[in-house]
Amino acid sequence: MRKMMTSVAAMTAAIALAAGAASAGQEDNLVVNEEIEIVVRTDAPAHMENVDTIYSGWTFRSDETQALQMDDFDNPGMIFVDMGREVFDAAAGSEGKSCASCHESPENLKGVKAVYPKWNDQAEEVYTIEMQINECRTDRMGAEKLKYNGGDMTNLVALLASVSRGMPVNVAIDGPAQSTWEWGKELYYSRTGQLELSCANCHEDNYDNMIRADHLSQGQINGFPAYRLKNAKLNTVHDRFKGCVRDTRAETYAPASPEFVALELYLSSRGNGLSVEGPSVRN
Amino acid sequence: MKRTFVAAAVVMAGTFPALAEVVAPAAVTYADGAVAQSLTGQAGNADAGRTVMTTRGLGNCIACHQVTALEDFPFHGEVGPSLDGAGDRWTQEELRGIVANAKMMFDGTIMPAFYKKSGYVRPGDGYTGKAAKEEDLEPLLTAQQVEDVVAYLATLTE
Ligand code: HEC
Ligand code: HEC
Repeated sequence: MRKMMTSVAAMTAAIALAAGAASAGQEDNLVVNEEIEIVVRTDAPAHMENVDTIYSGWTFRSDETQALQMDDFDNPGMIFVDMGREVFDAAAGSEGKSCASCHESPENLKGVKAVYPKWNDQAEEVYTIEMQINECRTDRMGAEKLKYNGGDMTNLVALLASVSRGMPVNVAIDGPAQSTWEWGKELYYSRTGQLELSCANCHEDNYDNMIRADHLSQGQINGFPAYRLKNAKLNTVHDRFKGCVRDTRAETYAPASPEFVALELYLSSRGNGLSVEGPSVRN
Repeated sequence: MKRTFVAAAVVMAGTFPALAEVVAPAAVTYADGAVAQSLTGQAGNADAGRTVMTTRGLGNCIACHQVTALEDFPFHGEVGPSLDGAGDRWTQEELRGIVANAKMMFDGTIMPAFYKKSGYVRPGDGYTGKAAKEEDLEPLLTAQQVEDVVAYLATLTE
């Protein structure tokens, strides 16, 4: 059992849960296509003060949902990866280039997703992978930016995640990125909205507990973009942030806002050591 | 305009004397986390309180608390302690304080304050994700709903 529970009733509930969890494969390991080993639990990175072990959101999901991620034929997110390949190969803009013109194949970009968000020297700010993709489009292809949270962009991000699956998340939080990281940390612990809840209240203090019908995870983002059975599409990290902030009855930040970029860097760093897992399947 | 308002107020006060006695969120006084005085001057209705406890758009207390007497309603949370026996553990005054603003009883608790309308960071307009105007904010529960919940909690004895 991961945590101490407060009351006897909670204990009973927890035992029931643990029993359910055994069948839900909470201790199971994830190997995709019987080939790609995914680290779904490991020691927390040193910069995490209140958590010893980090867990992928996959470990909190039901047997059925977990199974969907074990084979690419069953993973509905992989359809979007294929669509991402089309965007990767499509020439756009004044230079008549596609992503493939410079990078050859997505596989050539293996490892990239694992280190984003990342400090960009020229722009002197932390870049998400979406920002980097859009810079390639405007500066190298002479093309329009893709909509930050739009389908083409999300499919490309899913593609870049898929080729990095199994590699450890490893974002840098020191050097010039440090102040952004600290801002993200502050946002993570800020209690917002009329319910006055922070990310930490649910995902640090209460992971593995039920909140009504939801089994709370650590809110890790190594699995993004995530295919959610609930809305049957790929969900971006910033959309997920928005949903969780909204659920505290707060005014949310916008996708692509500097606040969400900072939060994304911070959250990514809380997953340093887990494997890149996107596109994951969640409920 | 003003006259009709005053007239209406008089009529209402005449019909429902208790309305005049509702304590505004900012006027509630806490002593060691407890609130001595009823927020409405009236006793709460335990049946109505049960509905508040179990309804998502209202108290949704079972999102965080397990309550054996409410087992007909599915999915009880584990974020807070079980409320079985809460009516034995706490006086009505304490329960009123806990429901109105649990932070007065349990410093820094995750439990939301249900009878408060200011002092929030980035308050939203309900669950829209849009900004709320601070002056338009209503407490999560009305004074009467708080009293109803308190009346229900008082029935949770072992
Ligand atoms: C009131 C509780 C609550 C709060 C506060 C909250 N979340 Fe969540 N969050 C959930 C629930 C419930 C889920 C779905 C189950 C799960 O994966 O934990 C979820 C899921 C997530 C996921 C998806 C994890 C996965 O593996 O698919 C991420 C990422 C996330 N939250 C981040 C955040 C961030 C960042 C904040 C603060 C800005 C936050 N959450 C605040 C309840 C909350
Ligand atoms: C987001 C979670 C959450 C919600 C929603 C919530 N509570 Fe709580 N509640 C808690 C926690 C956590 C505690 C334990 C106090 C602490 O933080 O130490 C608590 C404590 C209590 C206690 C004292 C527990 C005891 O018996 O010792 C009562 C009574 C209570 N809550 C009633 C309610 C009622 C009634 C509602 C709804 C109107 C409600 N709570 C909604 C989290 C919550």
